[in-house]
Amino acid sequence: MTLLDVAGLSKSYGGVAAVRGIGFALRAGEVVALIGPNGAGKSTCFDMLNGQIRPDAGTIRLDGVDVTGAKPRRMAARGVARTFQVAATFASMTVRENVQAACLIHAGAMAWPFGRADRRFVAEAERLLDPVGLLAQAGRPAAELAYGDVKRLELAMALAGEPRLLLMDEPTAGMAPAERHALMGVAVERARRAAIGLLFTEHDMDIVFGHADRVMVLSRGELIARGSADEVRRDPRVRATYLGGGSTFSAAAGGDAPA
Amino acid sequence: MSFVFAQFLTGLAGASSLFLVASGLSIVFGVSRIVNFAHGAFAMLGAYMAYSLTERFAGPFGFWGSIVLASLGTAAAGALVEMTLLRRLYRAPELFQLLATFGLTLVVEDLVVVVWGPDDLLGPRAPGLAGAVRVFGEAVPSYDLLLIAFGPIAFGLLWLLFHRTRFGTLVRAATQDREMVAALGVDQRWLFTAVFALGAFMAGFGGAVQIPRDAVNHGIDLRLIVDVFVVVVIGGLGSVGGAFLASILVAELDAFGILVLPGVSLVLVFVVMAVVLVVRPFGLLGRPQAQARAVPEPDRRPWAPLPPPARFAVAILVATAATLPSWAGDYLVTVASEILIVALFAASLQFLMSAGAMVSFGHAAYFGLGAYGAALAAKHLGLPMLPALGCGMALAIAGAALFGWFCVRLSGVYFAMLTLAFAQIAWSVAFQWTAVTGGDNGLLGVWPDGWAATPRAFFWVCLASTAAGVGLLRAAVFSPFGAGLRAVRDSAPRAEALGLGRAPVQWAAFALAGGVAGWAGGLFAFLKGSVFPDSLGIGTSVDGLVMVLLGGIGTVSGGVAGAAVYKALSVWLVSQTDESKLALGLAIIGLVLLLPTGLGGAAGRFRGGLRSRAAPPPAPAAGPAR
Amino acid sequence: MTALLEVEGLNGWYGRAQALFGVGLSIAEGEVVALLGRNGAGKSTTFKGIAGLLDRRDGRIAFDGMDVSGLPTPALVRRGLAYVPEDRRIFADLTVEENLEVGRRPPRPGTTPWTPERLFALFPNLAEMRRRRGGAMSGGEQQMLSIARALMGNPRLVLLDEPSEGLAPKIVEDMALAILALKRDGLSILLSEQNLHFARLISDRAVVIDRGHIRLAGTIAEIAADPEACAAYLSV
Repeated sequence: MTLLDVAGLSKSYGGVAAVRGIGFALRAGEVVALIGPNGAGKSTCFDMLNGQIRPDAGTIRLDGVDVTGAKPRRMAARGVARTFQVAATFASMTVRENVQAACLIHAGAMAWPFGRADRRFVAEAERLLDPVGLLAQAGRPAAELAYGDVKRLELAMALAGEPRLLLMDEPTAGMAPAERHALMGVAVERARRAAIGLLFTEHDMDIVFGHADRVMVLSRGELIARGSADEVRRDPRVRATYLGGGSTFSAAAGGDAPA
Repeated sequence: MSFVFAQFLTGLAGASSLFLVASGLSIVFGVSRIVNFAHGAFAMLGAYMAYSLTERFAGPFGFWGSIVLASLGTAAAGALVEMTLLRRLYRAPELFQLLATFGLTLVVEDLVVVVWGPDDLLGPRAPGLAGAVRVFGEAVPSYDLLLIAFGPIAFGLLWLLFHRTRFGTLVRAATQDREMVAALGVDQRWLFTAVFALGAFMAGFGGAVQIPRDAVNHGIDLRLIVDVFVVVVIGGLGSVGGAFLASILVAELDAFGILVLPGVSLVLVFVVMAVVLVVRPFGLLGRPQAQARAVPEPDRRPWAPLPPPARFAVAILVATAATLPSWAGDYLVTVASEILIVALFAASLQFLMSAGAMVSFGHAAYFGLGAYGAALAAKHLGLPMLPALGCGMALAIAGAALFGWFCVRLSGVYFAMLTLAFAQIAWSVAFQWTAVTGGDNGLLGVWPDGWAATPRAFFWVCLASTAAGVGLLRAAVFSPFGAGLRAVRDSAPRAEALGLGRAPVQWAAFALAGGVAGWAGGLFAFLKGSVFPDSLGIGTSVDGLVMVLLGGIGTVSGGVAGAAVYKALSVWLVSQTDESKLALGLAIIGLVLLLPTGLGGAAGRFRGGLRSRAAPPPAPAAGPAR
Repeated sequence: MTALLEVEGLNGWYGRAQALFGVGLSIAEGEVVALLGRNGAGKSTTFKGIAGLLDRRDGRIAFDGMDVSGLPTPALVRRGLAYVPEDRRIFADLTVEENLEVGRRPPRPGTTPWTPERLFALFPNLAEMRRRRGGAMSGGEQQMLSIARALMGNPRLVLLDEPSEGLAPKIVEDMALAILALKRDGLSILLSEQNLHFARLISDRAVVIDRGHIRLAGTIAEIAADPEACAAYLSV
């Protein structure tokens, strides 16, 4: 069934159109990649989907309900979770406290001014940290984590609220290849099992073509292609504006090096 | 009608004067990101120097030469300050820079009294411009007409400087990313010194051209800096064009406010500023600030509640403090009560600043509201002390909830300035609403009930209040609410994406901190037996900031220790020297330079050092900006 | 060939954390050397360490045979070292021409100085947007401008931090062509990369860094042909 239905979504900044009338749908349990050059509008698109930015035009429907322009808080309550391009965690807390905070927020328990926050949702937090491989580091300050581990922690936090839709903005940037596939594996497995719609952006074409059911290509704010990995890879427009000859990554059909 | 026009011209003349000073502040902020509290002191210095020089040199050349010479002298003083003091602070958090320049203001205030004496000094009339010109039948001082021209001329010259010269291009580039400018081979030290000297020149010039209109005294710096802050914030920090528009707006409001709404003229400007900031959070022409680069976050270890041994030690400390009245005299006990009260005030501000990352420059508003609320309840309603304190706290919470609702929509310097504006509004009300507050004469005869009337009994009330208040704030920090507050501090977008809005959490924290400050303010009223508008003034707010800084901004309740040291030091200084401001200012500057992490931070580093000697030493203090 | 830049035993810190451990590398006149490694391996830190932008560093850095270890960044730039940061750091409110003006330094004796016109010939799309504000440019255009701005200082060596980062593969190819043109002009370049494919197109030699330590050095072909090294230290 259709989980997310986007139509005519547009946003411009000071007269410059960042996203122009894009539309697509996402089913529960489906994994879709949104790719395109930097500045193509991917992050703007994500920011609109989770309510950080109000669209100028267009509609966003979640489970058939119009949620266009709702604030991030309302989006989160409706089951939209996200990770950020520059991983955002609570740097002054421990790894466990980060996830506990995510659980407290989802439980709506954040207003309570008494009792100890670090004694709530302990088991829940560890249950979330285990699959991303951070259980052993639960007591460490989040600020001390290696970059890849911060990304993992972000995923654990995003999954805390049993989301319906998970948005991941460049989830594997800065990780080793083995780590990249492992992290995406966790996210995809969780999406399949819990029927979460997973939409992600990524520059690593090996990750995109390796994990996504479908790929959408954004260029200058417009969706210029969509389809299976093979269809997109062969699309001449995509090659011209984004993929190029393929000499700078390994997964594409071998292209020629520039002279 | 002609009178209205004449008043309008008076307003424009005032606007030019404001703009001359404000443009300097804006330029300096744009490049160095330093909100220079001492900018008003520079203007004052320019005025004093111009006074002395014009006394000596007569005639048109003498007069205008003196004005220019005084401005250049101020520029030199600015360059000196930049090279000796600020250069060490570019990489420190904003708050430290503000405090250092505030310390500088105190130093200058006392120095000008030493050099020029405490009396008002009125400079000579400008040669040939002593008379008035008839405009639609109304006499307008011809000097005012000249001033009116100065504003646009200065604006035009600054625009040309910034857009048509290499220096200007470099300055605008440095405004956006000063580290990158250095990485392109530009020696920033020179650039920063030049910009600071330019800013000080504008301040000195703005101050110097005032001497034929206004008397010079050693208090104009604070009056000026508040006006100029308002102008720069309304216009948008770093925007010279914005400062130009805002200075006209503010000066005309001043000129007509006195005519139309004399009772609330002081409040009017701040109300306009609050409205502007709510509608346009970055001022009329300001833009969202780029995240300041090369400003490292202070090392922030995860906070944990005190372990049992430390709690036991705190309990022993409180119990020991409780024995003070049995071995100390009444004077010492009263001083100790005052220290406890300011410690509670500092703890409430620390909660806001450390856990909430909300640096309030107007926290005294809630201290003062608590004091006035308690005093009014005791005097007019005849309530006993504790219910009166409750009333004061309720008034403080109401005020903090009202003002805070607007403030939490902003962040950083704008947040600080809006809190300052609201505190000034509260101060203006207390100052002007004589019928209720007694105005400048304050409210007298606010004494505790019989059971708490002795110094020792009142000391115990203060000790219990402070221990309970600090305990309450600590409990809040570690509660789910406190975790939420720290979460929005660490990453507001992450918290929002998880479903926790920043504004409501910070608003609640603002009200809580205001309530605790209000309780402290009420105690202060009963301790002194009186309340004056000073209790809501800038001085009290800055005292709070210094105490928190001294205690360590990265600690949960270091402000308590900071308050004890600072209050004891200032009580002692006042008893030892006539130049207490000078000494205090130097002490603040010294502290900022030597102890940038505060007492708490220094203690933490000492403990950390003992625990892990193998750890590489911390980076050396920031040297000259690179 | 004598080394233009020689780095020995470079240690660097961010705050209290040591990020570089005895890094050593050298670049000859006219050579293009790639510093390869994953995100967080220490590439940017090495560049900042060389350019004098770290809080704290020690070790020996010689430029053109002279010890420059103690010099502040502007003095290094005046001697002919240019630094292009990974995040480009274009002055968003300044026009393209003004951005170039900030980078302008006096010409170096015996060389043709870089002028905006020469740079517009090298990066043709910049020529069409001289008056455009830096903030209104795309990522690829900003990267070109960032390099052009550094060239305005008439450098002998450019430190190019992740020039292909975040750019569309198509733009990365254009970037490679521009860098090859600069190389033909005799400019020495030290670039950092995660993208081995891109580095192969333009570099002579490569140095591999991991966790602040130099692990390998050799010709780019040798490194690329070593599957174990690639798997252990690179994102390929």
